[in-house]
Amino acid sequence: MKRLGPFVFERRLAPTRAAILGYSLLAILAALIVMSFIFWAYGVSPIKAYSVIGRTTLGSRFGLMEILRRAIPLLLCGVGLVIAFRAKFWNIGAEGQLLAGAVAATWVALFSGVSGPMKLPLMFVLGFAAGAVWGIIPALLKVKLQVNDVISTLMMNYIMAYFVKWLIYGPWRGPTMRGFAYTDLFPRDAWLPLIRHSKVHWPTLVIGIAAAVLAALILSRTRLGYEIRVVGDSPDAAHYAGISFLGVSLWVMLLSGGLAGLAGVGEVAGIHHRLLEPDHVSLGYGYTAIIVAWLARGSPLAAIITSLLFGLIFAAGDEIKVTLQMPFQITGVFNGLILFFLIGVEVFLYWKIRVVRGGKETEWAGKAGS
Amino acid sequence: MGWESWIVDTLRRALAYGTPLLWGTLGEIYAERAGVVNLGVEGMMILGALSAFAVAQSTGNPWIGVLAAAVVGGLAALIHAFFSVTLRANQYVSGLALTIFGLGLSGLLGTSWVGISLKNPLPKATIPGLSRIPILGDALFRDHSYLTYIGLFLAVVLWFVLYKTRWGISIRSVGESPSTADAMGINVFLVRYLCVIFGGVLAGVAGGFLSVEYRPSWTEGMTAGMGWIVIALTIFAAWDPLQAVGGVVLFGGLYHLAYRLQRWFPPEFLKLMPYAFAILVLAVAGLRKVRRGAPAALGLPYVRGQR
Repeated sequence: MKRLGPFVFERRLAPTRAAILGYSLLAILAALIVMSFIFWAYGVSPIKAYSVIGRTTLGSRFGLMEILRRAIPLLLCGVGLVIAFRAKFWNIGAEGQLLAGAVAATWVALFSGVSGPMKLPLMFVLGFAAGAVWGIIPALLKVKLQVNDVISTLMMNYIMAYFVKWLIYGPWRGPTMRGFAYTDLFPRDAWLPLIRHSKVHWPTLVIGIAAAVLAALILSRTRLGYEIRVVGDSPDAAHYAGISFLGVSLWVMLLSGGLAGLAGVGEVAGIHHRLLEPDHVSLGYGYTAIIVAWLARGSPLAAIITSLLFGLIFAAGDEIKVTLQMPFQITGVFNGLILFFLIGVEVFLYWKIRVVRGGKETEWAGKAGS
Repeated sequence: MGWESWIVDTLRRALAYGTPLLWGTLGEIYAERAGVVNLGVEGMMILGALSAFAVAQSTGNPWIGVLAAAVVGGLAALIHAFFSVTLRANQYVSGLALTIFGLGLSGLLGTSWVGISLKNPLPKATIPGLSRIPILGDALFRDHSYLTYIGLFLAVVLWFVLYKTRWGISIRSVGESPSTADAMGINVFLVRYLCVIFGGVLAGVAGGFLSVEYRPSWTEGMTAGMGWIVIALTIFAAWDPLQAVGGVVLFGGLYHLAYRLQRWFPPEFLKLMPYAFAILVLAVAGLRKVRRGAPAALGLPYVRGQR
């Protein structure tokens, strides 16, 4: 316990839900305030900027649908990262795992020879598998050779991005695309159905929500979930309990990478209908999902809400680009700020602050000494 | 081509490509030796690259540009120091936030500088005397950037400071056991702040090297993952400034050798080589059990009076 003037700070072991929610909102608010200075410095009135964003995203059906469509890959990647982060596995590689899923889906769509109603399910299955493989490699490297997981997952993003580039400039370049670096368009049976008058590929959304629910059940109700939590919270205890570090790491990255792979399937089968430049397939969803997962604080269900929030930021980024002629990178600035403020307010989560009146001071001072 | 000129050429290219990696790695070594991981190297480098280019182009003097990069890199690192040392936030997440923020901000502010080539890039120099040494003189001391020479010199100085001076003992003890260091009367917070900021200054210069010497121009995202390779090299070099030189030359050499293969491989495969190498060198380091060199308190925030 510490005191500072009339304020008494007491440590608490577990933050309450209300405190988490309150401080998370505070962090977002603080980021919005700093952001308004950046708008102002850029010569755009912050009030105008925020009103444009509000009107065009939350204020119209089109805007709401755009938020939803951006939230789909963020949700799938975010749920996967929640699982990984619970085991303290630093998967920064959702971007590459997403692309791996997109590559597998493209192969099924264009080159597998499969057609008919089984095609889309097969795209999802192989997309999950490809993302999982891309996730498992860093897990093996970490457990077997102590290769830092941040670095390996990150490097795998670059490797997959160049692999995709090679495919679209080389063997998979579409003969009907007149020299552009795309694959051919997918045949119709490889297109995901959309909600009318929108780009929301609802099957992927349903899979995403199901994944969040399943992940919550796995983490709270299964032996694997228990082992994941022990490995994450206390590696020493996990060691003494005989929990296999290798097993947990492999499972965690299989799920995490696989879910990101599903997000990639959704993007190519639902939006683009072909494989194209990696930074067009994904606008950094895999990186933003890190913040989605961090804000969700280990809860896959909370990732449903946080992915919608960052879906909103992506949709807003589009609007800012079109209406206010500011670069899309403004979303990166905002995302970075939110992440900073989130970890900044974390300090307060573990302290209970109370005001003490003058008369009680001595009593508290006495207790502090004991 | 004879084998001599082949070696000279490979070493030369390795050093030129490796110079920003060297500056970045030396900085990260100091931050991590004091116990603070900074995953924001990529963000600090890109902010350094943009500020160096913008200032060099505006003033016409590339050295002022490099100075601006150093200041901006240091300021960016100050943010990380505040969050990770003072607020004791998760160092990984704080560094990631710095990278996301830096990439975003440089993209936002850099649009008007895209596609311009710098009027006055940083000059190259040949060191008299040393450049006369057969083979090595041509490879190491002829027609390199000043920043390459300063970087090599800095590696030696930083090694000496780390292992042979009281300052070095302070830094290492803060990274190994902050509570012991605190008991010895060392200001743990000050040492950590200074080392993180120093790391940022060097990362800023590394970025500046790219935009006022290596390219010399500004493109969005031009650091292209070099900041992450720096973090891999820091581990590979076992947190030792002299080993960092070896790591950087090895890395640059492998990268250059990959380019010699371009007749047989598509360009995308050559471009992904550095990233594959980064994983490879860490796997090799894992086999060599380099982890023993890691500062014991790396990544852990220090709370006075708590163990």
